[in-house]
Amino acid sequence: MASLIELANPARFMRVSNLLLPWIAGLAVLLLLVGFYLAWFVAPADYQQGETIRIMYLHVPAAWLAMMFYSMMACSALGVLIWRHPLADVAQQAAAPIGAAFALVCLLTGSFWGKPMWGTYWVWDARLTSMLVLFLLYLGVIALRRAIDEPSRAGRAVAILTLVGSVNIPIIKFSVDWWSTLHQPASVLRLSGPTIHTSMLWPLLILAIGFTLAALWLHAVAMQAELLRRRVRTLKILEAERLDRLSLQAAE
Amino acid sequence: MITGLGPHGGFILAAYLASALILSGLAVAILLDRRAQRRALALLEQQGIGRRSERKTS
Repeated sequence: MASLIELANPARFMRVSNLLLPWIAGLAVLLLLVGFYLAWFVAPADYQQGETIRIMYLHVPAAWLAMMFYSMMACSALGVLIWRHPLADVAQQAAAPIGAAFALVCLLTGSFWGKPMWGTYWVWDARLTSMLVLFLLYLGVIALRRAIDEPSRAGRAVAILTLVGSVNIPIIKFSVDWWSTLHQPASVLRLSGPTIHTSMLWPLLILAIGFTLAALWLHAVAMQAELLRRRVRTLKILEAERLDRLSLQAAE
Repeated sequence: MITGLGPHGGFILAAYLASALILSGLAVAILLDRRAQRRALALLEQQGIGRRSERKTS
């Protein structure tokens, strides 16, 4: 564990991420292009839902990523609270807007899919409501971070809120099994295997990997931006302290 | 194009348009933020402001 923490130092992260980012971006674009081509021009329309099944190729990866990013934030929160690792705090901070964006995409695409299929944009069933709670948790995490000026205090407060909110992740996943919901049960991530035909499953999986790589690329760029912001802040504070000392010496 | 998507083409296009707007907006915001921070750091370094340890080594 100690070597993992040493490996995750900010300077090394900047070096490694600068090397990897172009490759991740290229692979993400390639997979998204192939995935959308298969989803739009090769995969058939659903025998019941017709062409609206095309919304699934956005909705499902967005839902997975919204939950994945929150889980990543929960792991980072442990890094903040247990090891007080600065990179864990940066990772947590950078992940929140990305997870929020995917949660919003999931909610909106779900609404646009729900209206023609269920006859309503929204219903307060367990799956939809728990996903809305996830989106609100993301907003709460972002707001709490902005409400506290001192970064390390903000990091600890956000870490606690993130860990408390992580109870929602299994609730989202199992909501369709625990309660009677309008939302359909899981059809891909099942112990007994996927129930989707392979002609639809492959484009979905390729797009899911493509979106995941794109999201990880965004996360790394956002982490770089945050590391730079913290460096700028530290340098400004050090310079202000130096100028203070000089003015005191001049006064003496 | 919408007619090719069947009677619910508007919903499908709306879903794709909303997603494209949200995700491209997010990407642009993150990239602009990184550029702004890089510029701020470059400006400080131009003014000779750096950590004491870095000043010694340079």
